[in-house]
Amino acid sequence: MSKVLIQFAHPTHSKSNVQKTLEKYARTVKGVTFNDLYEHYPDLFIDVKREQQLLEKHDIIIFQHPFYWYSSPPILKQWQDLVLEYNWAYGPKGHALKGKKIFNALSCGGGRDAYTPSGYNRFSVGQYLLPFNQTAYLCRMDYLPPFVVHETYTIEDYVLKACGEQYAELLDALVNDRIDPAELAGLEYLNELFPH
Amino acid sequence: MIYLAAAVVMVPIAKRLGLGSVLGYLVAGVVIGPAGLKFIGMEGQDIMHFAEFGVVMMLFVIGLELEPSRLWRMRKSIAGLGGLQVGVTTVLVAGIAMLFGLNWKEALALGMIIAMSSTAIVMQTLNEKGWLKTIAGQSSFAVLLFQDLAIIPMLALFPLLADHSGVTEGHSGGGSLVSALPAWQQTIVVLLSVSAIVLTGKYLLRPVFRMMARTALREMFTATALLLVVGIAVLMTSVGLSPALGAFVAGVVLANSEYRHELESSIDPFKGLLLGLFFISVGSSIDFSLVTSKPLLIIGLVGGLMLLKMVILFVLGKIFEVRNAQNFIFSIGLSQIGEFAFVLLSFSVQQGVLGKEVSDTMTAVVAISMAMTPLAMMVNEKFILTRFCLVSAGLQTAQRPSDVEEQDNPVIIAGYGHFGNIVGRFLRANGVEATVLDNDSDNVDFLRRMGLKVYYGDATRYELLDIAGAGRAQMIIIAISDEEKRLELIETVKKHFPNLHMLVRSTNRNDAYDLMNAGMMHIYRETFDTSLRLGVDALKLLGHRAHEATRMAKTFFVHDERTLKHLSSIRNDDEYIHAAREHMEELEMIMQADREAVHLNALAGWDRKAEAEAV
Repeated sequence: MSKVLIQFAHPTHSKSNVQKTLEKYARTVKGVTFNDLYEHYPDLFIDVKREQQLLEKHDIIIFQHPFYWYSSPPILKQWQDLVLEYNWAYGPKGHALKGKKIFNALSCGGGRDAYTPSGYNRFSVGQYLLPFNQTAYLCRMDYLPPFVVHETYTIEDYVLKACGEQYAELLDALVNDRIDPAELAGLEYLNELFPH
Repeated sequence: MIYLAAAVVMVPIAKRLGLGSVLGYLVAGVVIGPAGLKFIGMEGQDIMHFAEFGVVMMLFVIGLELEPSRLWRMRKSIAGLGGLQVGVTTVLVAGIAMLFGLNWKEALALGMIIAMSSTAIVMQTLNEKGWLKTIAGQSSFAVLLFQDLAIIPMLALFPLLADHSGVTEGHSGGGSLVSALPAWQQTIVVLLSVSAIVLTGKYLLRPVFRMMARTALREMFTATALLLVVGIAVLMTSVGLSPALGAFVAGVVLANSEYRHELESSIDPFKGLLLGLFFISVGSSIDFSLVTSKPLLIIGLVGGLMLLKMVILFVLGKIFEVRNAQNFIFSIGLSQIGEFAFVLLSFSVQQGVLGKEVSDTMTAVVAISMAMTPLAMMVNEKFILTRFCLVSAGLQTAQRPSDVEEQDNPVIIAGYGHFGNIVGRFLRANGVEATVLDNDSDNVDFLRRMGLKVYYGDATRYELLDIAGAGRAQMIIIAISDEEKRLELIETVKKHFPNLHMLVRSTNRNDAYDLMNAGMMHIYRETFDTSLRLGVDALKLLGHRAHEATRMAKTFFVHDERTLKHLSSIRNDDEYIHAAREHMEELEMIMQADREAVHLNALAGWDRKAEAEAV
């Protein structure tokens, strides 16, 4: 059994569709803590102690957020700046997060082909996520491939529903340690573990 | 002792029943008087002379509060509203009295007596209800003031009205040095003594007070103030004038002096106690044998006179654009005959203007009408005002069948002053309609015209909350300014609407503690956020970075709220002080730590050299 912490960041939650659906499915999974950052810190005044305690109590951290300008909404950056303290998360004495798993669960407007060398976004989602990847590395964490929902503006209801179920399956598998690290090698998205 | 005991018993009961302290005193008087338990007999009359001193002191204090400049600002309503009220009432009552066969001199004297309203009762009641600042309160004050002023010429005029055969009626007014003089000389003496007071007050008293203040003994100041008032009273009585008048003039003369507040606070307790005594003696002096022998006459007189005064006031109120609901408060409030009537009545008997029989009957009438006032005010508040506001609410719904009016609003705002109205406006800007409760009927009128759902009245009352939909709303925002009213309202909500969320305004730390003890979860100290915003700007002007200053303020905010919660649980003296000191130290540490944390984090991601230095 692993404890999963979802760090959720969405500044205009009431207008979202995909993220709300993902949230709905995530909240059905036992063993998952859903931490709504904008709800807790509407003015970006993050309670560092609380956040560090949450991190210490969980084994798998997920940054769930819309993919804004090839990155996260600002509160997640603020969160990293404040919470990942020197000699706590990293540095010679920083071992608090050692060995924990971490990844991003994203929704993005563009299709998957846009994130290819010939597409209009030119680079892959994984490449855009390199700062998260490296942050995790510096904090001695395992960075897993992202979970991604594409084409959020045009997504059909049944596809969205399927994505939600897929997300719930993934979370459930993570909680119950059913994912073999060997399976992850060469995987671009975590979605691929649960083909529909 | 009997008096005090009676007051101690009756006043809280009257307050609990929502009748106000004045009626409590009056009832206490009736109960212990000759008509009730007979604890005191007819010596009530003597006590009354003693207690009239309360009225003297009240007038002194009223005088103190009246700077000439304020008088000048209110000149239109004082002269217009007040003048017309006194004039019209006097003329009408005199006319009616003449129809009943009194001669014109008696009739005129009666008219003037009856034109008076009770400053003591009305001001006390308005103050208790928090209505002093409303239009009704201001208008009432203007009228009362004019009446107070009108006493001066009246007292001067009465000797002229005297039937000279009456002077020798062998009355107890024998202490007066001047009663032997002819009427015109008396008038001159009156004017002279008034100017003597003005001159003394202006030139002599200030140095005296300065000297007293220099002794730095509070008791000396109190003694001087008392001596002053007593001295004036004695002087005035010895020239055959009302001591109340003298005290009032002295008060006005001293209103501009720097010792005004000091004087007021030293006289105030005496004033309150003596006034209470005065009301008690009014109650005990109601001659029930007279009432029972001529019940119809007395009741008819009370009812007729009060109605007449009320109608006159209502019409005048309309002319002077006092709006309907306020006009009810104004006209009903002033409809009684005031304590000056006693003074004027006894004076007029002394002067032989009125016969003993007329004066006795009128004394009973005046006393009863005073006793009726708090009752009339209560009836007005409970029935007329609520109906009035409900009816107009009903009319509006009929005129504009909008769905907003029909459905219940999720939010109730109690108190729509400067605090409540910002909350209300903000909610409204975001499409949340609130039902408003307010006890300023002008405000209510205005908001209603703006299309808000507003109810007039005391929000602490269950009925009003019920009408406002407290049973179906999600939350009540308690934004009234009066701390005690807020606690009362909280109790009512807890008892009858336990599911309603309460968001409560608090004045300061101490008030917040009380609210916490009352079990409140959402408490908003009204100056806290603003002070911190000012603090942030101060730091910015001193060269701090805006964002850092803002974060410091937020840190302070969070910490202070937490401290507040902690301290509220251990609120007793020594422990409290100790804990407070500890918290100051903790705060210092936290703020220091925050400054370092911000500093470090601001650099951490970019500058590995700084990071290395920090280790």
